[in-house]
Amino acid sequence: MAASAAQVSSFSLHDVVAEIATALVPFKKSEIEITATTDISRDLNMDSLAVMDLLMELEDKFDVSIPLNMVPEISTVGQLAQTVIDSKKGA
Amino acid sequence: MGLMDRFKAQRELHAAVKTCGADPFGVKMDKILSSTEALVEGRRTILCGSNNYLGFTFDADCIQAAKDALDACGTGTTGSRIANGSYNDHKALEADLADFYGKKHCMVFTTGYQANLGAISTLAGPDDFLIIDADSHASIYDACKLGSATVIRFKHNDPADLDRRLGRLADQPGNKIVVVEGIYSMLGDHAPLKEFVAVSKKHGAYILVDEAHSMGVMGKTGQGVVEHDGVLDQVDFITGTFSKSMGAIGGFLVSNDPDFEILRVSCRPYMFTASLPPATVASVRVSLAKLRANPGLMNKLWDNVDTLYNGVQAAGFSVGKQKGPVVAIHLTDPAMAARAWRALLLNGVYVNLALPPATPSGTALLRCSVSAAHSTEQLETVVSILSQIGREIGILKNETRAVAAE
Ligand SMILES: Cc1ncc(COP(=O)(O)O)c(C=O)c1O
Repeated sequence: MAASAAQVSSFSLHDVVAEIATALVPFKKSEIEITATTDISRDLNMDSLAVMDLLMELEDKFDVSIPLNMVPEISTVGQLAQTVIDSKKGA
Repeated sequence: MGLMDRFKAQRELHAAVKTCGADPFGVKMDKILSSTEALVEGRRTILCGSNNYLGFTFDADCIQAAKDALDACGTGTTGSRIANGSYNDHKALEADLADFYGKKHCMVFTTGYQANLGAISTLAGPDDFLIIDADSHASIYDACKLGSATVIRFKHNDPADLDRRLGRLADQPGNKIVVVEGIYSMLGDHAPLKEFVAVSKKHGAYILVDEAHSMGVMGKTGQGVVEHDGVLDQVDFITGTFSKSMGAIGGFLVSNDPDFEILRVSCRPYMFTASLPPATVASVRVSLAKLRANPGLMNKLWDNVDTLYNGVQAAGFSVGKQKGPVVAIHLTDPAMAARAWRALLLNGVYVNLALPPATPSGTALLRCSVSAAHSTEQLETVVSILSQIGREIGILKNETRAVAAE
């Protein structure tokens, strides 16, 4: 637990975006590259269920809690990455 | 942008489904013939998608009680309990349910949807946490949106996953309420409640169980999965509905919480909608009394479950692992599922079609549900028509093709 916390606190926004981009590969509509500005619902094949499942996956990957309440505020990959980082700090 | 423009995706999906030849979400029942049959498009059709688990919709005693109440108390209450008062039977039904569950308190709601909406949104406050099963019913998700608590989702029916997520909240001061269902309405599987209760207790969390599809179905006396798993006394809140095994409409919440009564003046989905009409309350009281007097009613249901579940499984369909009155046939192709659904209806069998994203994990389901009122012959007919259509459409391997392939 402590080890993973240390790991994440040293993660930059860039690293978290890269992790999320990997998780999002199955949802790519075309060969576009996934970056911080990619819009999760518009640029990818993700319905609301897929977004919620992604949050669960990221909770486990980064050992954080990401409440469903955050969903309406997250539209881009960058915002999602920032949410992960903020959750880690809050814990 | 027009008002309805943002429903473009839904519109396209719905249009695609309708190319099967009918609208699976707009079937017209021309005439209801019994608790298991209706006239659809002029055909006698076996109803195998209702939630009429005990067949109470046409029970003579329930109907008589409803008629008597209609004559004595009129058609409706025209207002909520806090504004227009409680009728004797509202209070009596609450006492019946509290007694049935051996809990001190009960509140009756106008639907099961509102029972969840009201209970879950009101019990958890702004500093609290709701930890819900990922496959929760829409009423639970909507309750989370209506309320002010922080919401965390855990993997469906996975106590170890719940344990991990509650563990991450250990340092958070707020109350935690775990929300699960007894039997899940779409897949028909049921919660490992004993394990969920143990995990919840370990973390000092409350647990609420929605027994919508399991009351009158599971447990020796029909209390649901709480009874089946022997954890009734450890569960903090139970919600449920009268729209399924009770054959009517309405919802309830029972609990031993000493401060329960405050909910009657703080729970908005209880306070700001009209209360159940007298005829409904009267019929539910009789349904519940009949279940309590004769829990053996459930034996016929489970015999029927055997007939349908074993039948479709033997035919080669992929069904859920846990046997129960919701028998969900899993298909990977939504278009094929819609064609099968349409062919069933043309052959006099009505089941529910469930498509992603309303279904978990992207599967399309032909959701069948069993009633104690079905005859064995009706269910055998369903199995045989399903098998025939399954072969025609290519869901089941055609014997001749299978031989040729070998
Ligand atoms: C699990 C679950 N909870 C609650 C409800 C809502 O019940 P009602 O039809 O009484 O509103 C349903 C059914 O729709 C359900 O499947």
